[in-house]
Amino acid sequence: MIRTLALAALLLAAPAQAADTLTLRIGWLEAQVARPPMLSNLDPAPEDLGLAGARLGRADDASAGRFLGQAFELSETVVPPGGDALAAARAALADASLLVVSAPAATLLAIADLPEAKGALIFNAAAPDDALRGEGCRANVLHAIPSLAMRADALMQFLAARRWTDLAMIEGTHPQDRAWAEAMARAAGKFRLKLRGRETWDHASADIRRLAGQEAPLFTQGLPDHDVLLVADELGDFARWMMFNTWIPRPMAGSEGLVPSAWTPQAEQWGASQLQSRFRKLAGRDMRPEDYAAWAALRALGEAATRARSAEPAALRAYLLSPAFELAGFKGRPLSFRPWNGQLRQPIPLAHPRGLVASAPLDGFLHAVNEMDTLGQDAPESACRAFMGDKG
Amino acid sequence: MIRAALAALLAAAPAAADEIWVTNEKDDTISVIDAETLEVTRTIPTGERPRGIVFSHDFSRVYICASDSDAVQVMDPDSGEILHDLPSGEDPEQFALHPDDRRLYIANEDDAVTTVVDVETRRVIAQIDVGIEPEGMAVSPDGRIAITTSETTNMAHWIDTETHALFANTLVDARPRHAEFAKGGTELWVSSEIGGTVTVFRVSDQAELAKLDFAIKGVHADRIQPVGFEFTPDGRTVFVALGPANHVAVVDAETYEVVDYILVGRRVWHMAFSPDHRRLFTTNGVSGDVTVIDVASREAIRTVKVGRFPWGAAARPTPKG
Repeated sequence: MIRTLALAALLLAAPAQAADTLTLRIGWLEAQVARPPMLSNLDPAPEDLGLAGARLGRADDASAGRFLGQAFELSETVVPPGGDALAAARAALADASLLVVSAPAATLLAIADLPEAKGALIFNAAAPDDALRGEGCRANVLHAIPSLAMRADALMQFLAARRWTDLAMIEGTHPQDRAWAEAMARAAGKFRLKLRGRETWDHASADIRRLAGQEAPLFTQGLPDHDVLLVADELGDFARWMMFNTWIPRPMAGSEGLVPSAWTPQAEQWGASQLQSRFRKLAGRDMRPEDYAAWAALRALGEAATRARSAEPAALRAYLLSPAFELAGFKGRPLSFRPWNGQLRQPIPLAHPRGLVASAPLDGFLHAVNEMDTLGQDAPESACRAFMGDKG
Repeated sequence: MIRAALAALLAAAPAAADEIWVTNEKDDTISVIDAETLEVTRTIPTGERPRGIVFSHDFSRVYICASDSDAVQVMDPDSGEILHDLPSGEDPEQFALHPDDRRLYIANEDDAVTTVVDVETRRVIAQIDVGIEPEGMAVSPDGRIAITTSETTNMAHWIDTETHALFANTLVDARPRHAEFAKGGTELWVSSEIGGTVTVFRVSDQAELAKLDFAIKGVHADRIQPVGFEFTPDGRTVFVALGPANHVAVVDAETYEVVDYILVGRRVWHMAFSPDHRRLFTTNGVSGDVTVIDVASREAIRTVKVGRFPWGAAARPTPKG
């Protein structure tokens, strides 16, 4: 069996190709956050969450690049909890002006505002905060991970399509829970669904894991009647034990049950199964939303470098924000960046742990420009001003 | 029960009419349609996830990409028996048969290689590194050039069939799925599913001659996803399957302009002409059927129910004798 690799020969032989290799050096910067103690030990976060997606994205980029004389390098910096993320960011920016960041919103903004980040291009691969796409937006930050509003809108579109109009919500007390609860409440209003009641789970002392049969009916008994019980429990700390133990039997959605996310291991259509299997081969586990976002950031950079034939952050950014850019993201529609806030538009799959239920935008939710812009902050309502010069 | 019925079917005399063979991706079967009566006359079991399908030049063999079985199966089309498997590399999706009737060029989707197999010696002649998720395969009429398109790398890779080396790589729009040589091998056409376009290259210098766009009233541009396409024998007209747009476009191959759209079943993938070229059969993945189009009037005249997720299609003329 002969495997013809002859790469050097190939580059020389091909007429339309650049003689010199164009190298894109991309930094991965991860500021790890200490996870609060959880009741369950069932699902520890993978150590390479996000990073594995970036590695796959780089490999995908390199496969295209080698035919065009382009090389892609990924330098990985992981700052442990409590470490100096800004110092690490300075070092990373000195090494590469293209940076993919996995960090909380405040850290991300501090990095974007560093003098060293002027002229750099940063991809947000982890922070879902809506403010980062609104008044807190930065011209040098593009968002590969969907915002909370995008995910919440996706869920509410589905509930509206099913005519499940009456909702109740149970929410945890972690900041992530509160932000997600607010996003869902806002989205429910946007799609004219009625949020009839809310309860906060702050029973830190209750042993919900063992006594769910007693605790959950009691906790949910006071909620008005509803079609669906929304759950804001982003760390998986209580609602998993309440499912099937609530006062009235209703499906859960939000953080448990039907979950809207950037990516689900249940996706197999639109070529997704190929991406899933490539990822599994590389990481030895299923692809998670953070992995997908990091992969998409790397692929967006690769696609831009290939088409714009440049490694310069400004040229890449201009191409990424232009109508010419489109990314095949295995979700059935071409992905692109919103020129008003740098958010990657993308379909949002809605899935439970055993299957895909739907993919938003759902049929019937129309938009004058792009149906995907029915998810999240649209141009007219955006408070982002940093992209004013980019209305491509 | 189904198996028993099948055995009975297989035992019946071989078909005596022109046939359209359709692979059913999620049923692991082939549906054989009588091109005149438009009835399914046989359902033949295959390996797992059959997709690409092509006949040998004398129609005595049919080659089937059984993607999840990691094999190209060789079947006797009369008996429906699998004669043997060819070494195909991992996850074969599409292939093209060289004019010499011996060399089969196979795109290995999960492996980023194109495998060249000699169907007589059943040996791998070469494996050629290409981009990620190779899919579309074509061989020029003179047999000198083979094309692989890679879905994630978004390129057409031009392979010299003598040396098995790539001599050019041309970018196309996102997620290229299918390639065909046209006009006596002077043009190469490549469809881009997510890009929503078909790119036409001049073969002599790989220059881009044209890029086709599609627009259907009432269908969002994102849903227009060109996949398979076929030329009429005179080379003047090309029919392009538009995936979830549920339409086939009719394109004037001289002017590169779309002249018509025909409504077909859901998520149309590929197609095959009847041997007399009067009818066109499209595989509609989601609706699990085949739309029969009258080529002259450009009208859909019949829907034929086949197996789950029909994908590939190939025509077989009436066996002689």
